[in-house]
Amino acid sequence: MNKKWLSFPYLLWAIGFIIIPLCMVFYYGFTDRDGVMTFENVVAIFSPEHRKALFLALLLSLISTILCIILAYPLSLILAKMGNGKNSFLVIIFILPMWMNFLLRTLAWQTLLEKNGVINSILTYLHLPSLTIINTPAAIILGMVYNFLPFMVLPIYNSLSKIDPNVMNAARDLGANGFQAFLKITLPLSMPGVISGITMVFVPALTTFVISTLLGGSKILLIGNVIEQEFTQASNWHLGSGLSVVLMIFIVISIVVSSLSDKDGEGAGF
Amino acid sequence: MSNRLIDLVNISKSFGSSLILDEMNLYVQENEFLTLLGPSGCGKTTTLRIIGGFESPDQGKVLFNGSDIASLPPNKRQVNTVFQKYALFTHMTIAENIAFGLKIKNKSKAYIQDKVKYALKLVNLDGFDHRMPDSLSGGQQQRIAIARAIVNEPKVLLLDEPLGALDLKLRQGMQYELIRLKNELGITFIYVTHDQEEALTMSDTIVVMNQGYIQQIGTPETIYNEPENAFVADFIGDSNILGSIMLRDELVEILGVKFACIDKGFGENKPVDVVIRPEDVELLSPNETNLNGVVTHLIFKGVHYEMEVEANGFTWLVHSTKMVPVGAFVSIAVAPGNIQIMNKPVSEDEEATAIDE
Repeated sequence: MNKKWLSFPYLLWAIGFIIIPLCMVFYYGFTDRDGVMTFENVVAIFSPEHRKALFLALLLSLISTILCIILAYPLSLILAKMGNGKNSFLVIIFILPMWMNFLLRTLAWQTLLEKNGVINSILTYLHLPSLTIINTPAAIILGMVYNFLPFMVLPIYNSLSKIDPNVMNAARDLGANGFQAFLKITLPLSMPGVISGITMVFVPALTTFVISTLLGGSKILLIGNVIEQEFTQASNWHLGSGLSVVLMIFIVISIVVSSLSDKDGEGAGF
Repeated sequence: MSNRLIDLVNISKSFGSSLILDEMNLYVQENEFLTLLGPSGCGKTTTLRIIGGFESPDQGKVLFNGSDIASLPPNKRQVNTVFQKYALFTHMTIAENIAFGLKIKNKSKAYIQDKVKYALKLVNLDGFDHRMPDSLSGGQQQRIAIARAIVNEPKVLLLDEPLGALDLKLRQGMQYELIRLKNELGITFIYVTHDQEEALTMSDTIVVMNQGYIQQIGTPETIYNEPENAFVADFIGDSNILGSIMLRDELVEILGVKFACIDKGFGENKPVDVVIRPEDVELLSPNETNLNGVVTHLIFKGVHYEMEVEANGFTWLVHSTKMVPVGAFVSIAVAPGNIQIMNKPVSEDEEATAIDE
């Protein structure tokens, strides 16, 4: 049976909102205002301020990704160990924030972290020194981890819960202690989930500008902010597109790496 | 008698509110092929997992060569398990799978190589070293699971329904393979299955279990020919089980007809259960005996005909190489030695008394 026509609506969507915009990004990225082809917009990434923004974005999203793994892996282990059925409630609780608007969640953190925000009010009330978190890289990392953690938990949990408990039992049976069994069996078998989690956290973290705008103030510029500003404030679509193309290279690299190490597509679906 | 290798003493285990094993006692001798046989939920797998160390009993002792190992983790026990769905390490090659236990024990590279080669030869899978588990058929994966366990030279190999996922032909082949393996290795096998034919084919000793109780322990011949209660008789092979009255020693009344038998010591006029295997029912011309009936069903089964005979309100299952057409009148005879008398269970619990071998 040929049901290819069912994909027609999506095909239209993809052409209109993915393919054509992508072509436009490439067109703008490789031309100047007079429509002459140039690599200037792409090479502009090497200018000191752009380099700094890209480096900072890479650094912060890398730290956030690592923090997400550190938080998500043990949690996923616990969720997976609790067995099917019992844990679905916990999983739902965990992904509940995901259903709330992303912007709203970040704004909530802004309120919490502000100079006279909720956290500092409590600290003052307790006669403790107040903290300066808002408008620091730490606040941006906090926002990234908070927003993207579920995208790390779900693929890891998914790949962990697919491991037959008897496989672990077999390792124990063959002489491995709990730690050895984890290291040699659980960890490698859950790697597809970890890797797909890394992609799902690292890529959006790398390209974000909302989190850095709301929690980082105007002083900390990530590459996402620079691109955003080129489009909205400087109205230099050519430069913005050129920098986007550079960013895309990083995204493609991380996707290729993850798909290479996850051939079965195990960790991807949930 | 060879010595007891494993001794389960008063083992009880429950999950939540359901009692899985109730004060079970069982011993396993060195070099024995012992099968735990029973329907699902009878506690056979739990028993195996207690020996393997994956469950700890709520009470009781697990003696291994005389010392209690009930609290030892699986990696400290001299037993290895072949799991139900093989549980191979899918991210490792076959050779790495087999070498897993040896690597953990820090054996030398040369030793591991030799052992892997030897194990693959033993299970007839030479040259599979570098394949991945997923590329193997079910039967081949099963053999790898066995190879992975036996390279560690366990004193006891535990097998949890290892042939359950294989098709009939393959299963039969693997049964002979397992017997050969056991003889070659000279170690104890504890085998869990719900398949009575598998149990009869391979075992030295069969332990029939039901609802957490051992129903009977014995050789395949004993279990088949002299079942101790209706459950065992019914579970092992086809049988005619009839409520009867033991009139006196060597005389039993079945469906109002007196039959000579060879059992004694049941007392006089005592209600008992009688089991008669279908192949032991002889069909004679009408009125040759006092039990007359009519053939109601006839099926050709290859080796024999399977017939049903209505006689005195009971449907007799009969296996015979001689065909009697449906509607024919017959009389039924049973040789005294083929009538197996069993005590009636007084209650549900009685049916499941723990029995010493």
